[in-house]
Amino acid sequence: MLKTALMKAVATAALSTGLTLGTWASAQAVDLQFYFPVAVGGTAAETIQSLTDEYAAANPDVKIDAVYSGSYQDTITKVITASRGGTPPQLSVALSADMFTLIDEDLIVPFDDFIKTDEDKAWLAGFYPAFMENSQTGGKTYGIPFQRSTPVMYWNKEAFKEAGLDPNTPPATWEELVEFGKKLTKKDANGNVTQWGVRIPSSGFPYWLFQGLSTQNDVILANSDGNKTNFDDPKVVEALQYLVDLSTKHGVMEPGIVEWGATPKAFFERQAAIMWTTTGNLTNVRKNAPFEFGVAMLPANKRRGAPTGGGNFYLFKGASEEQLAAAAEFVKWISAPEQAAKWTIATGYVAPRPDAWETDTMKAYAADFPPAIVARDQLEHAVAELATYQNQRITGIFNDALAAAITGQKDAATALKEAQTQADAILAEYR
Amino acid sequence: MTASHTDTTPQAVAASAPRRKAFDLDTALNTFAAWVLALLWILPLAFAIWTAIHPSAYEARFELFAPLTFENFEKAWAAAPFARYFLNTFMLVSLILAGQFLLCTLAAFAFARFTFPGRSVLFTLVLLQLLVMPDILIVENYKTMRLLDLVDTIPAIALPYIASGFGIFLLRQTFLTVPRELDEAARIEGASVLGILWRVYIPLAKPTYLAYGLVSVSHHWNNFLWPLIVTNSEETRPVTVGLSVFSAIDSGIEWSVINAATLMTTAPLLIAFLLFQRQFVQSFMRAGIK
Amino acid sequence: MTATDTTARAPLSIRGREWIHAWLLLLPALVFLFAFTHIPAIATFWHSFFSTPRGRRPARFLGLDNYERMIADPVFWKVMGNNLWFALGTIPVSIALAIVMALWVNDRLAGRGFVRMAYFTPTVLPLIAVANIWLFFYTPGFGLIDQVTGSLFGWPHTNWLGDPATALNAVIVVTVWKEAGFFMIFYLAALQAIPPSLVEAAKIEGAGKWTIFRRITFPLMMPTTLFVSINAVINSFRLVDHIFILTDGGPDNASSLLLFYIYETAFEYWETGYGATLTVALLVILCALAIGQFFLFDRKVHYK
Repeated sequence: MLKTALMKAVATAALSTGLTLGTWASAQAVDLQFYFPVAVGGTAAETIQSLTDEYAAANPDVKIDAVYSGSYQDTITKVITASRGGTPPQLSVALSADMFTLIDEDLIVPFDDFIKTDEDKAWLAGFYPAFMENSQTGGKTYGIPFQRSTPVMYWNKEAFKEAGLDPNTPPATWEELVEFGKKLTKKDANGNVTQWGVRIPSSGFPYWLFQGLSTQNDVILANSDGNKTNFDDPKVVEALQYLVDLSTKHGVMEPGIVEWGATPKAFFERQAAIMWTTTGNLTNVRKNAPFEFGVAMLPANKRRGAPTGGGNFYLFKGASEEQLAAAAEFVKWISAPEQAAKWTIATGYVAPRPDAWETDTMKAYAADFPPAIVARDQLEHAVAELATYQNQRITGIFNDALAAAITGQKDAATALKEAQTQADAILAEYR
Repeated sequence: MTASHTDTTPQAVAASAPRRKAFDLDTALNTFAAWVLALLWILPLAFAIWTAIHPSAYEARFELFAPLTFENFEKAWAAAPFARYFLNTFMLVSLILAGQFLLCTLAAFAFARFTFPGRSVLFTLVLLQLLVMPDILIVENYKTMRLLDLVDTIPAIALPYIASGFGIFLLRQTFLTVPRELDEAARIEGASVLGILWRVYIPLAKPTYLAYGLVSVSHHWNNFLWPLIVTNSEETRPVTVGLSVFSAIDSGIEWSVINAATLMTTAPLLIAFLLFQRQFVQSFMRAGIK
Repeated sequence: MTATDTTARAPLSIRGREWIHAWLLLLPALVFLFAFTHIPAIATFWHSFFSTPRGRRPARFLGLDNYERMIADPVFWKVMGNNLWFALGTIPVSIALAIVMALWVNDRLAGRGFVRMAYFTPTVLPLIAVANIWLFFYTPGFGLIDQVTGSLFGWPHTNWLGDPATALNAVIVVTVWKEAGFFMIFYLAALQAIPPSLVEAAKIEGAGKWTIFRRITFPLMMPTTLFVSINAVINSFRLVDHIFILTDGGPDNASSLLLFYIYETAFEYWETGYGATLTVALLVILCALAIGQFFLFDRKVHYK
């Protein structure tokens, strides 16, 4: 027992050193702890650090301790654990889709109390509405968009030329995607496919890219209160059937579950002539694709459409009024046009406000690399990423249903019907 | 499961093997099959080395004259704090090993040399841990760590493994083979209980400590699930969790960089085991783990 | 049992001191054992009757609700089935391979050092890291397996991990690769401890290689086989690291195992109550195995 006590003492001493230093500092300045996850390679972490340093230099009365908290999954775990242990951060970036989870765990406070002046209101109104859908519920604003993304379509211009297609015209509709895909699918002498027409990855979180298809079919997957899903809507079934048909009926996509992580590589290796993936891959593709490529919006069916994704800022309970106010100020600063532009250029995330695209830095960047604008333009058609209460579980159920249909275990309608029944059972208590 | 055959060294076995004929089809076939299997088994490591020393364009192209590069190692090193992860793993493994040696030695000694009420019940409870290991009690152990306020600390990763049923069992087996006369002699010389343990039992159990230590180190160096659950910052994450965080980015897998990171973080263990593999097998043999 | 004899003859006070010494020696280990194995096991059982505490709602007693849910949960039965198949796929194959490897490496074969190293390296490499390498091997199209089968036999692309029919088997192959070399070490130690005179005598009698193995080597390695098989059984419930990278349990839970499902339930869905219930199922299986193994152990191996 002595040993346990001793170890505990050592560990807590180590932990609280940081803590006491913090308390000491707060006697003179507002002290903030800020968790941020990094989900893309490159210089994301360094950029955040330099932005917070810049803010601290301009505001000596605020001290910000930016803590790199790993992946999104790590971050949500960390904030839940820290909050339960009584030491929540004051500010954190977490998945926008985790908003309901954070509300359900009673961990976050809305930003509304810190948006008082007309200037503040104008700032809040300045974000793309597509991003705000995942940030507001019940008339309150819980999240401020920060590192947000959306899926786009990349195509191999050389492959288009070889297939006799215009290299500068990507497919704009579902029909064209199939039609082009058939021309782009190449077979060797044995009849084995050497190049697939299309690649829509379906491993890990298939719901996200599928949401592109369902939105294009003019249906939303969950309501904005996060307590009702529409998985068995006939339009959702139709969208899933289209995805399944790409492999089974039209033979333009690799059958089975298509790995997300290997998708850029498959594109570079000319295994697929068109791929759908996040805008977060722009820098990667630009650097590594051994051929000329284009970036376009996802094709349309009944309408254009794509989900958004990525992380929002959240304010946490347990912080003093003073800390929360300071945190909100920091958020306002870091999401202002100049800072947002810097962040976008460093990471490939989509700047969440139209005015960020009007800055000189951003204009220069867009002129140099026009594909960056595609994501922005798509935002006008974008919808909120699937988010509900008990989000991980609901999306888990939905992912399983998609996988079952894609691998031919169940037909689309049955799989989605079952998923809807399960989701209803879970969400009933939140209505 | 005793250590009675400690005199059977590999040399002795080899010396007594019959002389081979000039060409023996059976041997040739066996050698061929053994080599095929060996090449298959080493393939993942070979691939890791290939990708790590070539530009990423050659991840899936195996051309003899592909350009060599050291860039992947530099990139991996810059992209994540592997030095810190490495230090964390090192501290973790040392903490576990030290704790295991201490606690298991004491307990094994009690089971091997003392009679006391409840001995067989307690020993059964110890053996139970061979099957019901802390690895599967992740939900409750996590709650315990939260209660102790230890979540996200290195001791939290280590504590559940420190009293090892396997270690106690193994050391007890070894201690049982120590001749009674030796500890009688030490007792007559006036050695205390701990003195006898220290001067008689532990020196005789050295091979067991080595074998057990190697198993323990390789196991905890590579352990993933529990550290994944109980850590969430750079300061505590061991290399396995660090590697998974590093490779789980949204923008696709970069095998060349991930494999460079894998090689960097496992190199010390890999080299140590390659250097000591003969001793490793021998200590297993002499420890009576067979 | 000389220990008993001495203490039986010893006066009461000495015996009392023995007890105290023994208990003091055991105490530290027992504290940790109970704190992180036995008490959590019992607490798991207790918590399996409660709902998951969440934000504003504390845990409430549910009786057998969680168990009813488990019985009705198709994913639970799927992962149980998968786990059985995983055990059947990994245990015999990795043990058989370990024996073959040990026999080869123990022989005076050309390049023995390299062969032994090759077999042993998977033990040292973390499963979580090699899973990325295997992911590349399995990738359709440009993955190593497809490149080889494509150029040698002209086979079409195979989506090993993305097809429910092959995903779990692909995971099993990685597990066998990881385990066999580790088990080989135990067999190697056992082989080197077999008195060469026995084998010599059998050879003089004209026994062939296979007969020697079947009649002498294999029976003498029986304790090792039991020890290794316990390890293999435990691993079949414990080794889930690679699933995180290779398939994430998919497609549609086709490659999910019980412990992986427990992790998902408790640490991704944050349903610790139901997670506890699933853990109880795992504990029941392990305890049943423990009882079975003890009987085997007692009968075949005189470890006392």
